[in-house]
Amino acid sequence: MNNTITISQIRPKSILDKSLSKGRGEVSLSCFALLFCELVQYCQNRVYTVPELQNKLAEMGQEVGVKLLDLYFVREKNCKRENKLLNMLLFIKTTLWKGLFGREADKLEHANDDERIYYLIEKEPLVNRYISVPKDKGNLNCAVFIAGIIESILNCSGFTAKVTAHWHKGTTYMVQFEESVIARDKQMEER
Amino acid sequence: MSRQGTRLDAKKVNSELFTLTYGALVSQLMKDYDNADDVNKQLERMGYNIGIRLIEDYLARTGTGRCYDFRDTAEKIQAGFRLYLGISPVITNWSSAGDEFSLQFETNPLTEFVELPDNCLGLKYMNVLTGVLRGACEMVQMDVTSWFVQDQLKGDNVTELRVKFIKRLEDAIPAGED
Repeated sequence: MNNTITISQIRPKSILDKSLSKGRGEVSLSCFALLFCELVQYCQNRVYTVPELQNKLAEMGQEVGVKLLDLYFVREKNCKRENKLLNMLLFIKTTLWKGLFGREADKLEHANDDERIYYLIEKEPLVNRYISVPKDKGNLNCAVFIAGIIESILNCSGFTAKVTAHWHKGTTYMVQFEESVIARDKQMEER
Repeated sequence: MSRQGTRLDAKKVNSELFTLTYGALVSQLMKDYDNADDVNKQLERMGYNIGIRLIEDYLARTGTGRCYDFRDTAEKIQAGFRLYLGISPVITNWSSAGDEFSLQFETNPLTEFVELPDNCLGLKYMNVLTGVLRGACEMVQMDVTSWFVQDQLKGDNVTELRVKFIKRLEDAIPAGED
């Protein structure tokens, strides 16, 4: 006789019960490229202008970033988050980039004239490899999706920033931190 | 020996990036559409678009020829999963007429990290795959359809995709070409 009371229709088999994968799984690049292509088309069909499209792509990237943040800090950093700005940026440039794209980002630079601004430079971002931007789309850079990933990783770890993608030396991600983040970082250094 | 470089194969990409990107897409669709049925349809359509282009890549890479029979097709589909997602679904449950089989998945990079909340039971999370199969087969003159009969995300032990052959498509020759 079955006299249990069903609360949920799905038996809870939480993903937390499984051990965390090492993250070395791979899928074919063609697969990813075509999926990304569908994602871009879908976004494009729902907006009218290039800036809107960029925003939409960035939002999608943010969804991904928020999940990567936990994943990488649990797996790579023994659950300890970075609390220094430069270390956080270096973590993105090296650990995160190696995990996601198989190699470090090409360059990390600090703007000369504005201490709030950093540049992360990538000659050929993975997502742009098979994308040729039509003339009427002007300065569209689909790597804004990656910029979204970076932005949400920074924001969710307490380094509030705005990240944008630009066509410069390949693709340059411009990271602009809020004033308060810079001030806090300086305070920590003084201690 | 050294894992130091962690340099991925140039033609491969980290599966977590793929998984999470797909997840972001599905969750965006769930936000944009009112009901799960529309999302399922949209995923199928996206899969179709992927399939009609992916078959080109498949043929180029494997140098495979025309299928002899549907069993042959099943094996080639299986090989496709290995090539593109790095998984080998089991081919099983052939119908007696030989026009229907199942692919059973133990693991699947698409569903890693995924849990369906109770209000998403109508969602066929991997429906993109049914579209991919339809699109890819259509480009090699086969009309097939597929649907999920079991789904690990909904508490089943395995995920089972049923694939059915409908008909051979004849090449439509433009008028006057004959």
